[in-house]
Parts: sequence; C-alpha cells; structure tokens
Amino acid sequence: MKENRVTIKIPRPLYRRVSQVVQGSGFSSPTDFIVFVLRDLLGEKGVFEEPEEFSPEELRSIRRKLKNLGYLD
Amino acid sequence: MAQIRAHGGRLVNRIAEGKERESLLEKVGSLPRIQLNEREVSDLEMIAIGAMSPLEGFMTREDYISVLDLKRFAKGLPWTIPVVLAVKEGDGDAYREGEKIALVGTGGEVLGVLDLEEKYRVDKLQEAEKILLTSDESHPGVQYLQSITDTYLGGPITLLQRPKHKRFENFRLDPIETRVLFKAKGWETVVAFQTRNPIHRAHEYLQKCALEIVDGLLVHPLVGATRSEDIPAEVRMDCYQALFENYYPSTRTALSIFPAAMRYAGPREAVFHALVRKNYGCSHFIVGRDHAGVGSFYGTYDAHYIFRDFDRYEIDITPMFFDHAFFCKKCGNMASSKTCPHGSEDHVFLSGTKVREMLGRGERPPVEFTRPEVAEILMNHYQNRDKEQNA
Repeated sequence: MKENRVTIKIPRPLYRRVSQVVQGSGFSSPTDFIVFVLRDLLGEKGVFEEPEEFSPEELRSIRRKLKNLGYLD
Repeated sequence: MAQIRAHGGRLVNRIAEGKERESLLEKVGSLPRIQLNEREVSDLEMIAIGAMSPLEGFMTREDYISVLDLKRFAKGLPWTIPVVLAVKEGDGDAYREGEKIALVGTGGEVLGVLDLEEKYRVDKLQEAEKILLTSDESHPGVQYLQSITDTYLGGPITLLQRPKHKRFENFRLDPIETRVLFKAKGWETVVAFQTRNPIHRAHEYLQKCALEIVDGLLVHPLVGATRSEDIPAEVRMDCYQALFENYYPSTRTALSIFPAAMRYAGPREAVFHALVRKNYGCSHFIVGRDHAGVGSFYGTYDAHYIFRDFDRYEIDITPMFFDHAFFCKKCGNMASSKTCPHGSEDHVFLSGTKVREMLGRGERPPVEFTRPEVAEILMNHYQNRDKEQNA
C-alpha cells in the first residue's frame, strides 16, 4: 500500500487566507479544506475516472456467468 | 460517472493462476501446515477475491495495533476489524518468519499459502475491549477470542483453490462480478443492505426508501458463521427469494450472498461492512439501528455515530442512517419516528421474541409486520424445528 498523504507547498499568504476561510466553516483544518476543494475540482473534471478494470475476455466470462445465474438477460 | 473505487484504490486479487499456481502446488506438500477454522477460511477467501481490499493477507502486528487503537491501517486508511490468523496450539514453534505455510481448510484440503512475514503475541483481552467494547464472556465475539491462541501469523496470502461451498452457489458473486453486474444494469449508484435476519416490512421499507435515491439495491445477506440461535441461512434465503419474486422490481434489485463470518462487533463492524461493500461496487450502505449488535452490548445508534470518526472522503461509500421503522395504523403506511406524528399505540411493532413465539404456535404475524409469503416460510421453519426438538 502506498503512503496516502504527501506534503505540498503553497504560498504562505494563500495559506493565511485559507486559514481565515476555515475558521468557523466546519472544516477542521486548512488541509481538510484544501483536500475538499481539490477533490471537488478534480471530480468535476473526471480526473478520478477509473480505468477499465476488466479485460474483454474477463468481461465476457463474467457476463456469461451472470447470465447463467439469471442476473442478466 | 465512474464506478466507486475499491477501498485503497485497487481491487485486490490474490488467486493464483497458471504457472504461479502450478509452482505453488508443487511446493505445498513440503510446507509446514496450519489448519484454519471456519472464520479464517472465510477471511482467506474474502481477502483473495478482493472483498477485503486493500488487505492482501492476514494482518501483521503494526496494522493490527493500529486497527485496534486508531481504527485505521498503520498507513492511515480506515479499517476497523482485525483480520488475523491464530496459531492453533502454543506459540507456533513450527512456523518461521520468511517461510511459506500451507493453509488447510476445515476438510483437510490445502486452500492456499501464507508468506509468513511476522509471528506476534497479542493481548486478547485488549482486543476484546477495543474491538467488541466488552470482555463479557457472554458476548459471542469474546467467546471466539477465548477459543483461539494469542499468537497470530501475519503476511500476504495466495489462494490455490476456492473452499468448497455446498450452499447458495447461484447467489455467490465476487466483487469483480457484482461490479460487472452493476455496469451491465446501468446502475451508477447502488445501495447495499446487510442482513442476517429475515426481511420484515420495516427492513423492506428502509431498502425501498434508499432505492428511491439510488439506481440499484443489492440485498447482501451474511451467510458465513453466525450464532446457533440465528435463523439458518437456508431459511433466510428462502424468505429473501419470496420477497424478490413478489415485491422487488428485478430491474432495480439484486440478491447475492456475503460470505463473511459475523463478528458481532457492533459499530466497528458497521464500518467494516460498509468498506467491504465498497469493494463490491456499492456507493451507499444502509446502517440500521444496532447494526451488527448482539444483546445489549451497544447503544442503539452507536453504529451511526462511529462514522463521525472518519472523513467522508476516506470512507468514500455513503452511509445511509435509518431510524426504527414500523407500520402506523393512523398514517396507514410504513413510517418512522422521523415521519410519523402518532403515538406507539398506533404502531404495529412486534419484538423478535414475540414473533418467534407466534411463529412457533403456528400463528401468522400481521401483514403490517411481515409479508405473508415470508411468514409462511418462517412458520414452517419454527414448527419443524419444534417437532424435531420434541421428537
């Protein structure tokens, strides 16, 4: 499993502004706020779109099984 | 919209195929062996098929301690239940770190191989108190801990053959298969319903409320090891099928089994159940009252509150919290304390004990409580059981 956190540097004045925005906002820290904004932005752009997990052969075989079991028509 | 990602980002596959499998099968006869119990066999298979992603094996000490203390793997990803392998006698002198161990099923067949990274001692009392929130010996999880040793073996596993299942073959779908099913059905959002009981009207109501919000419903009953007092999985499956045939739209619902063992760990198991369903491709998860509870060990809504310990993005699957549901005679429909203004005298509510007594006497519970098709199956079960006990 890879590390699930990395350090990113942002300009200090921007950090100060983020800290002000976070106060009383419900976000527990500037990091939480930044993660929220980035995820929102990247999610909108489809950056988190998952690559196709299945090879065509796997997909055919799984679909065949699902049909045989009555899950698919 | 993309399908929800597996917990940790990648669906694990630890099933050996081709040359890797042949090579391991050649070696396996000369390896030290460890006999797995029913729960460990179930865990082995769940890890191998990716249901417990990102776990690739039985937990090493660092992850085990971190899960106990922080409800997370050592590297921070949420996880609430230890998935461990205990040696069967003493300290496991036969097993050395760095070696492979053959994992043997309950019937004596070799199911897989463990690459033993670490052998470590644990404090089972501490595990009970942190995970089950009790050390009371009447708790089935505490009884399980008392039945195993305090030396655990950790490391990645490889599955060589699936355990032989005699039951529910037609309802056994791996995470990769449910994911394909959801894509084929065109369901972008899917809610999972975990159950180890027959589905009465209240549960049906919760499921259908959730289904109003998402594209599909996966009823995912647990059929692994449960307490002997629980209704047998065969009887429950008959009840679920009766409901599916008569009351559930086939275009929006699917029934498949969840082959995990029950831990009765209440709130922690609720989070575990949610994370695992994410691996099956579900985007939402119904958390009911006293989820995965037993007796009165957990508060009614503790399984809801525990989700506050996590950032919604790290959990990723959306928990749907439901209050107690009932039929209200004045409203003339199913409702909950959130939606019904009337008093309890207008609510049709039967305790589990009362229902069991009625069914044992051959009395049909009211249709406001349970569907007649389900009542019929349960009445037959209780009457047959009583006959066997009296014979």
